[in-house]
Amino acid sequence: MNGIDLTIIWAGIIAFAVVVYVIMDGFDLGIGILFPNFKVGPDRDTAMNSIAPVWDGNETWLVLGGGGLLAAFPLAYAIILPALYAPLIAMLLGLVLRGVAFEFRWRDPAHRARWDLAFTAGSIIATFAQGITLGALLQGITVEGRAYVGGWWEWLTPFSLLTGFALLAGYALLGCCWLIWKTEGPLQRQCYSYAGRLGILILLAIAAVSIATPFLEAEYYTRWLAYPGIIATAQIPLATLVVSVLYFRSLSKRQEAAPFFYALGLFGLSLIGLGVSMWPDVIPGRVTIWDAAAPYESQLFMLVGAAIMVPIILAYTAWAYWVFRGKVGSDGYH
Amino acid sequence: MENDLAINLARAQFAFTVSFHFLFPAFTIGIASYLAVLEGLWLKTDKGVYANLYRYWLKIFAVVFAMGVVSGIVMSYQFGTNWSVFSDKAGPIIGPLMAYEVLTAFFLEAGFLGVMLFGINKVGRKLHFVATLAVAIGTFISAFWILSVNSWMQTPVGFAINEVGQYVPAAGWWEIVWNPSFPYRLVHTVLAAYLTTAFAVGAVGAWHLLKDRTNPGARKMFSMAMWMAAVVAPTQIFMGDLHGLNTLEHQPAKVMAMEGHYQSHPDGAPLILFGIPNSEKKRVDYAIQIPKASSLILKHDLNAPLAGLDTIPDQDEPPVGIVFWSFRIMVGLGFAMLGIGLWSLLARSRKKLYDWPWLHRAALVMGPSGFIAVLAGWVTTEVGRQPFTIYGLLRTSESAAPLDAPAVAASLTAFVLVYFVVFGAGIVYLFKLAAKTPEAHEPTPDDAPIRSAGITPAAAVLEGDHEEGAAP
Repeated sequence: MNGIDLTIIWAGIIAFAVVVYVIMDGFDLGIGILFPNFKVGPDRDTAMNSIAPVWDGNETWLVLGGGGLLAAFPLAYAIILPALYAPLIAMLLGLVLRGVAFEFRWRDPAHRARWDLAFTAGSIIATFAQGITLGALLQGITVEGRAYVGGWWEWLTPFSLLTGFALLAGYALLGCCWLIWKTEGPLQRQCYSYAGRLGILILLAIAAVSIATPFLEAEYYTRWLAYPGIIATAQIPLATLVVSVLYFRSLSKRQEAAPFFYALGLFGLSLIGLGVSMWPDVIPGRVTIWDAAAPYESQLFMLVGAAIMVPIILAYTAWAYWVFRGKVGSDGYH
Repeated sequence: MENDLAINLARAQFAFTVSFHFLFPAFTIGIASYLAVLEGLWLKTDKGVYANLYRYWLKIFAVVFAMGVVSGIVMSYQFGTNWSVFSDKAGPIIGPLMAYEVLTAFFLEAGFLGVMLFGINKVGRKLHFVATLAVAIGTFISAFWILSVNSWMQTPVGFAINEVGQYVPAAGWWEIVWNPSFPYRLVHTVLAAYLTTAFAVGAVGAWHLLKDRTNPGARKMFSMAMWMAAVVAPTQIFMGDLHGLNTLEHQPAKVMAMEGHYQSHPDGAPLILFGIPNSEKKRVDYAIQIPKASSLILKHDLNAPLAGLDTIPDQDEPPVGIVFWSFRIMVGLGFAMLGIGLWSLLARSRKKLYDWPWLHRAALVMGPSGFIAVLAGWVTTEVGRQPFTIYGLLRTSESAAPLDAPAVAASLTAFVLVYFVVFGAGIVYLFKLAAKTPEAHEPTPDDAPIRSAGITPAAAVLEGDHEEGAAP
């Protein structure tokens, strides 16, 4: 009885952590993806400095997502992680490579090019692996009893590759818009020129994933396309259209902060779409959030902590962002 | 057979990744506190030497911390990728504790790290000190929760087993968090982190004293490190003994393996100093031992009977050789640390702390001792827990994910390659940073954390004019 409510609350908290992660680490991974395009020297350094103080905090949401899943839905954690073994290990190694590059590129100027390469390679690997993970989860995982029983390569399908590429485009878009907001001069101009093309790319990607999804499972098809549900679900693509118009307008007006927030809007809508497909399953078609839920005592104990700590975390995270507000180039970190 | 191989590879992978990871937090827990002390002293006394040292160690901290973060993210996912059955079964108990670690520690460290590294000119000295303190406290809170998890796996209490075989909380959470071995393990491990840092800092100070014994930065760090060694090393030996007694009470098989006691000793067990454990013949070959001393240490009575591994079924015994040796390495290093601490007290009382090159050479050699001791201690307690993941209840062989050996072999290879390259480079950079002489005339403290954290190259290019001009 009470347990049901907490299960929904915890599904909400995990979803919140995933959304915050995608948004926050999204833009700093995106800068990694775009990095080779930036000129060696001040441009690259500025791009790096714009995220140096916050990347670690951003990535912590990934740990909360994983740790929260273990705590609130241990069965889901125990099935999903072995099922996605290869992409997840690749993601972790990618995050290792890019994470150390933040420090190492300054410590070893003679080999800075190598650490810049590690930063980009790690960012691309991590992003692509996250996209694959998402696609593989959405397309379904073979489960028997309380364990994954599919093969090594079950995750690898055209659909999961598509979501992998889609996420690359998405994160690159976020990174690009972040730099428009945080920089000025030639680097900003360069990012404006990328932002239009990335915007078109992401819309194509969203369209492709949206068209493919209903055909993955009969359940998705009914949910998205059957009357009368379609009246509600159709609002999501419509809203996406409106936000993308606003996005392109803000670019043509050379607005600085607005493109970033419209890009976040596109992400938010895509994630809502993901929620429509999945809810209330944690492993689509196999395991519901209630099947996977930890006992009431575990959920309650954590909820006390989350209820107190998450607002505090958001407050000091916001403060840290506030401390480093403004253009990176103009008043820097001095 | 195939299954055994997959499990052994998974164990190797976990051991490899956790060992690498553990080195970094063991260091950051100590340096973060050291930095907080330095900045506090700087605020209080306004002496430049503290600000200089703060800056000096902040650079090193930033590199170590980055390596700790990225190797830690790997750990939080390995429970699921490689030990999914364990995660499913133990998740309802260890999951919430780990979630608390994320909520109360990781965010705190990460949230304030940016300000600590880059923000001093943005927030001012006092608020910056708050950021340093937050990071230092965060490292401690992190240790608190993860050691509680580890301790629960060693001494599980307060649980029931539900209908699908999960371990679920039955008593209060207080009992689970404060499980019997936790207080001892927490104190022992945090002190180990402080000692590790003390000897690393001491070695850097000693290196620079050997080159120039008048360098004020080197003198200060060496002196502070030696105070820590002199105070913490004996405390640690005392606490380690208590931890051992606690282990004897709750995990006797582990202590039997540490002691090399294959057989029971009804009237006083010998303390085996050295020897070669022979598990096949169930005896320690070439043993050098002190009769009855083990009973004296563990039972405080020369003639107290001590049970041996002959009382434990073979399939429940930990591997004796590894535990026996890792324990001796840890204890040996602990006493060597005590020796350095006492030597420094002697030198200090003669006012020769900065003038005895042999003390400096010894401190230099002991630089890595903390890291080795921490790993040896970790091996002792973790291998000593075998063949269980949850002691006495869930076997390691029944905890693993349904993965095939080649998949784990491939990931293990990838981890080994990436870790050696990445962390190898990181360790080289640490040596380079530590090899730099602490400067006697640093720029104004306010510039410090920016330069130290590596923003300087960009800042210098972008605003070389007033940035450089501001430094006196």
